[in-house]
This record gives sequence, C-alpha cells and structure tokens, in this order.
Amino acid sequence: MNLIIVIVLCLLIVAMAVTAIMHKKLTISVLAAGVVSLLASVLYLLLAAPDVAMTEAAIGSGLSTIIFFYVLNKIRNVK
Amino acid sequence: MIRNFFILILVAAFATIFASLFLNYGSSETLTPLATYYAENGAAEVGAPNLVTSIVVTYRGFDTLGEVTILFVVASVIGFFLKKTKHNNEEPAKRESSEIIVTASKVLVPIIIVLGIYVFINGHLTPGGGFQGGSIVATAFIMLLMANPAFEINHRIVHAVESISGIGFVLMGVFGLLLAGGFLDNRFLPLGTFGNIFSAGAIPVIYSLIGLKVGSEMSNILSNFQAVQNEKM
Repeated sequence: MNLIIVIVLCLLIVAMAVTAIMHKKLTISVLAAGVVSLLASVLYLLLAAPDVAMTEAAIGSGLSTIIFFYVLNKIRNVK
Repeated sequence: MIRNFFILILVAAFATIFASLFLNYGSSETLTPLATYYAENGAAEVGAPNLVTSIVVTYRGFDTLGEVTILFVVASVIGFFLKKTKHNNEEPAKRESSEIIVTASKVLVPIIIVLGIYVFINGHLTPGGGFQGGSIVATAFIMLLMANPAFEINHRIVHAVESISGIGFVLMGVFGLLLAGGFLDNRFLPLGTFGNIFSAGAIPVIYSLIGLKVGSEMSNILSNFQAVQNEKM
C-alpha cells in the first residue's frame, strides 16, 4: 500500500516537473514548481523524515514560490 | 551538428553514471559505525528524544552555525541590492486584496505564528526545529503582506531580534566550550527529565534562538522584495 502511494507520488512529481518546464504561462510554471515541493514533502513524510518534510513544505512550496511570484511581477513591469 | 553531438555525449555519460548507480544499489541492512554510535549513545549523552535535533544542534552544531551564517549573508546581500529608493515610495497599492484573504489572515496569522513558535520550542521533542519554525513564522508574515500590501514590519525590532539571537547562539556555543565539553555542548545546563520541555540542556534555548533568527531574516528578505515591487526600474 505504502509502495503504491510512493510510486503514484513520484509519477505526479515527474508530471508536475514536466509541466513546470513545458508550460507557456510562467505563472502556471511557478505554481507547478511549488506543487513539486509539496508532493516531495509528502514523500519525505512517508519515507520517515518528518524534519525534512517540514522544511520542504515551508521553504520549498511556501517561501520560494512567493519569491518567484515577486520576481515575476517585477519582470512583467519592465516589459 | 557538432553541438548535438556534444549533447548526445553528455546524455550518454549521465546515463552510464546513473545506470551504474541504479544497478549497484542495495539497501543497507545495518547502520554505519557512526550511525550506531548516535543511535546507542545519543539519547543518553544529549538527552533529547528527537535524535535528528541532537545531531543537528550538538554533534553537528558547527554545520548549523554555518547554515545560519549563510542565511545571514543572503539576507544582507538581498537587503543591499533591493534597497528602497526614497523618491517614489508614496505610490499606492494597485488594487485591494480580496475579502477572503483579508478575513482569513485575521484568523490564521496568530495561529500560524503560535505553530511556528511551538515547532521551534519543541524542537528537541517533536519533529521540526529552528529552521522549520522560523520559516513557518515567515509564512505568517507573507499572509500579512498579501492581506495588506502596504503593511511594513518594524525594521528596527526585526534587526534587533536578529542580531541578539545571532549573538546569543554563538554565546551559547562559547558557554558550552567554557563550562562543558566543547563548542555548542549542551550539557552546561542540567539535562533534566528525559522528554520534558525543560530538558536536554541548552538545546531548547539554542533552537529558539535559531528560530527567531531564521524567522526574522526570512521576514526581512520578503519585506525587501515587497518594498521594491511598485518601483520603476
């Protein structure tokens, strides 16, 4: 059961990473990169590393996504 | 043509590296000698139920000091480059935040801050610690910023908290050097009852200081990004 969840999570992470690279809209790409971190944190939790999972969820999917959006907004103003 | 050839060679090289890693992978059944030492003596020597914390704060305390220093350097470099210029800071926010975020932030911000403080105070008992707790506190700050883009933190307080906790962290290490076995040794305070919140020597103090430092640095980085948003380049 656990193995199935891990495999599904890994496939979702790969799908989200491909979305982040391929999508034409940068907003969607940034969100997809955030979702990769979120899914990775669930994966860490399943693999018995709660400390790393908390860091990944707070920094990877929270703070870095916000910082990407700030930078995106800044670049858009220049165009 | 020649460029594609180089790319092909690079991909093939990576394929061989990863193939050899994948084919030779075997899950290890026993702990390495170092891990065995930590697992057998960590709880008795340090007195923290969360073994990860006892490794991060005491056995590998120098690494943590280095990480905190890296974060400090990053925060100061960002603060240096994203300096708010004075002449056009009166530009108002372009639009109001949505009602949902404004209402939710009133309810959630105190809860998130309390959760962050809980995480770093209980770093030696439950998963989590200074870095995690500090970044949770910073996410509460993001929520405040999203609800009210004109919101500004009091820079003087944040800088004071950041400096005092940084100095306190190093002082704790020096106390360990003077009164106990070595730099960042936690045993200069009594170890207490195993599993209580006031136990494990100096670990709760050190982790709270790290949490405050990380939280204030992250908030500072975010407020720097926010401050230059409406500025024209």
